[in-house]
Amino acid sequence: MEKEIVTRQAEGQQGNGMPRRKFLAALGLSVSAAAAITACSKDDNPGGGPPPGSIDLGRDDTGILNYAYALEQLEAAFYGQVALTPYTGITAAESQLLADIRDHEVSHREFFKKALGNKAIPGLEVNFTTIDFTNRASVLGVAKAFEDLGVSAYNGAGKLITNVDYLLLAGKIVSVEARHAALIRDLISNGSFADNTVINANGLDVASSPADVLTAAKPFLKSVLWGGNLPTS
Amino acid sequence: MNIQNILTEIEKTDPEVYERMDSRRGAMQSFLRIGGKLALAAIPIALGGMFKKAYGQSAPNIVAVLNYALTLEYLEAEFYTMGAASGVVPAGTPGVGAINTIRDHENAHVSFLKTAIASLGGQAVAKPTFDFTAGGAFGNVFTNYDTFLAVAQTFEDTGVRAYKGRAGELMGNNDVLTAALQIHSVEARHASHIRQMRKARGANVKPWITGKDTGGIGAAVQASYNGEELTTQAGIDIAAIVNANAASESFDEPLTAAQVLAIVDPFIV
Repeated sequence: MEKEIVTRQAEGQQGNGMPRRKFLAALGLSVSAAAAITACSKDDNPGGGPPPGSIDLGRDDTGILNYAYALEQLEAAFYGQVALTPYTGITAAESQLLADIRDHEVSHREFFKKALGNKAIPGLEVNFTTIDFTNRASVLGVAKAFEDLGVSAYNGAGKLITNVDYLLLAGKIVSVEARHAALIRDLISNGSFADNTVINANGLDVASSPADVLTAAKPFLKSVLWGGNLPTS
Repeated sequence: MNIQNILTEIEKTDPEVYERMDSRRGAMQSFLRIGGKLALAAIPIALGGMFKKAYGQSAPNIVAVLNYALTLEYLEAEFYTMGAASGVVPAGTPGVGAINTIRDHENAHVSFLKTAIASLGGQAVAKPTFDFTAGGAFGNVFTNYDTFLAVAQTFEDTGVRAYKGRAGELMGNNDVLTAALQIHSVEARHASHIRQMRKARGANVKPWITGKDTGGIGAAVQASYNGEELTTQAGIDIAAIVNANAASESFDEPLTAAQVLAIVDPFIV
């Protein structure tokens, strides 16, 4: 009977529109274990190691730092392109804010590259073919997705870090990403800086597992990232 | 999540688990009693607390950090609740919705942290009595919109730094750590928006913190920004990568508990 009550509560939550992933995250569970099993069952990866041609992010704290480095590379490349080819009708104020964000992402990218030294993954090739850089809505829509993703990635990765200094560094960066996310959201629709698509009823932001974040980032990357050795708890 | 399976697994390694928790049924009832009152996100914290109690492992420092966070959330929640009710935010402007959103988040944080503390077997601190004029330094905080937003910006930026400063102490409890990070980024979103609200009213301020600049608020809040000017991270000179402003903006800095308590002290009677 007790089990049924728990199950009903769970279904009730999902029935309220909470996606499975968020629901599991809310329970403190990770889908990465399930995702890893799925990945292993795929034919292209019979040995369980990185598929041919993929970039292995590595394991332990180094793996998490490379994971962050990969995301910062993606963001820096995106804002670099935005600065090179500004969208039609961009205002001076928007131009300045987006240039600032580009500089911040370059700062983060180069920080991780230097910090990782010879353990750093190579420079990534991006795939921005789906983005119309002349179109404000297209650019800001992708910016919003990247910033919210970055925030959720750092929030989800915090518990995977074992070195307290790295945790602090991640904390120093994630709040800047959250400032970006809020600003981009406000540029799209003033007042949407922390709406209920990202903040739940407990006032908590999203926290995502590396597996989920890598899946979300995949369409924007020509390089194939493999996070199968990343810590999951 | 199947609590029965979890208990069965524990029983394999610790046959006396039910004696520690009265009984299997008692453990389930305990869980459901807590769980029924809890927001879902707090359940793992509650579970952890239940087992910790059963095994006699308390988490005094984690509770202390959560009470520290709760004190700051009490401050913010009451500030925005009073602000929203005061009429200081001009009616019919987007500011009304924004302040209401932030108010609701801060009140949700209070409620979440209280639940989390109780789940860990701790005692939540009582809400202090606040003076948002800080003894007169911000005498018109609820009648002058610019003063109100200046205090709001300071609280948000300070809150971000406060959570950052103590996250490391939560490393022993993944669920609490993750929840704290999830609150931390919400405070940063708030800070960004409040700064844009001030910018729209003529303040020279960006969504991010440049150097140790208060954004024109001045000496009264300087302690909340001191240290933000750092441009070296883990021994790496960030100002050699990007310009000095961007180097400081791209990393937010922590504050220690002592620094934060000194900052909020004037607001507590």
